[in-house]
Amino acid sequence: MAGHSAKLDAKTLWGGKESPFQTSYGKLMMWFFLVSDALTFSGLLIAYGFTRHDAQDAWPIGEETFNSMPFLGHGYPLLYVALMTFILIVSSVTMVLAVEAGHRMDRKGVTKWMIATIIGGFFFLGSQAWEWSHFIHGSEFGKIELADGSVAIVKGHFGELQNFTVLEAGKTHKKGEVITEDLMHQFQHAAEKGHLEAGKIHLADGSIAKINKAADHEMTLIIKKSGKKFKVGQANITGAAASKLYYEALYAGDNNRVIYGANMKQNEYGPQQYAQFFFFITGFHGFHVFSGVIINIIILLGVLSGTYHKRGHYEMVEKTGLYWHFVDLVWVFVFTFFYLL
Amino acid sequence: MERDDLIEYSLHNHHDDAAGKSIRQKIYKVTVLLTVITIIEVLIGASIKQSSDWWSTVKVLFILLTLLKAGYIVMVFMHLGDEPKYMRNVILIPYFIFVIYLIFIALYEGTAVGNVWDKMFP
Repeated sequence: MAGHSAKLDAKTLWGGKESPFQTSYGKLMMWFFLVSDALTFSGLLIAYGFTRHDAQDAWPIGEETFNSMPFLGHGYPLLYVALMTFILIVSSVTMVLAVEAGHRMDRKGVTKWMIATIIGGFFFLGSQAWEWSHFIHGSEFGKIELADGSVAIVKGHFGELQNFTVLEAGKTHKKGEVITEDLMHQFQHAAEKGHLEAGKIHLADGSIAKINKAADHEMTLIIKKSGKKFKVGQANITGAAASKLYYEALYAGDNNRVIYGANMKQNEYGPQQYAQFFFFITGFHGFHVFSGVIINIIILLGVLSGTYHKRGHYEMVEKTGLYWHFVDLVWVFVFTFFYLL
Repeated sequence: MERDDLIEYSLHNHHDDAAGKSIRQKIYKVTVLLTVITIIEVLIGASIKQSSDWWSTVKVLFILLTLLKAGYIVMVFMHLGDEPKYMRNVILIPYFIFVIYLIFIALYEGTAVGNVWDKMFP
């Protein structure tokens, strides 16, 4: 193009006309935007670090909180997040391949790799939706306030609820009736409201039923808030002692002694701020992924209609590519600081 | 009037098939590397508990591996390694000055606030 000289020496470089960065306006502005966005995410993660250093031992540990896999159940610490990380890295790779194809003016290649990138983006968003849903619903044991005022999270295998046998009739259930539907939901609801007592459940219609439940296995209590007897950071309570403490508290009949899952006010994993940081950081990142997928789709439409081919270069693909890699980059840090450490 | 002082740098950003092949090879190499690092991180995270004596070493290792991963993403995938030195510096230096300062001040303060809190409400 007119005005452009291929070789520059240091003197002409800074003398005007030529850009010392040898970069187009759009790409440079994308970089500046990414630097400011990176500072936003750094701010969020550092705020997380601040709160965590402040809370110390009461803070939940990633492998305790995130140990489930879809279809497989519990006992797979961090595997699912690692899979999510892998999905995002792969979609970053397909994006960089699209950029490379663009440099060769290979329109077919760009189309192919852009589609792969968009699919990867949807996979990641779906994974995050599952992760959120799982986080919000929580575990089968929940977090419990023990008799001495300490608060513990519970790990282990919850014995299956077989049925409820009605002992005293209520509005809908008759005496002797055996309830087999929706047991876990009713059980957790009653537990939260303090409607459980020594192996019996007070159902919503006013009836009282006996809980028939298989035994729990490998129960462990991890103290997350100190009470009179148990302190944060002490050895975990296991086996029969754990079971005794847990059911003593569960059957005490107090409102709100056990918490399942997470919402904006309380969560079963640790301090209140933990869930708030989880929702905000992964949510903000998820929103970036979502907008990245939308932008990728728009650029793909441009590729398909031949706009960039006519222009003579695929720099738009490169620019969205920068944004997409940035999203991957942020996840690498979220993965380390939220899940691993 | 057509201006001749605007330079479309993107028009020079092309390479031929041979160069493309070597670039793709580099991309695949980095992919394998990033995957292996992630697998190592998960294995360490799942096998060494936070109560272990090794944990503080593991923590440093995690941060180093993360920075390594981030470095590859920024330098290779985002092509920052191929950009002119000036541009690289304009992007990286201001970011690191802010972030290192912020990390230092926030973590230091966080621990201090936690200690005061524990003293006031033991």
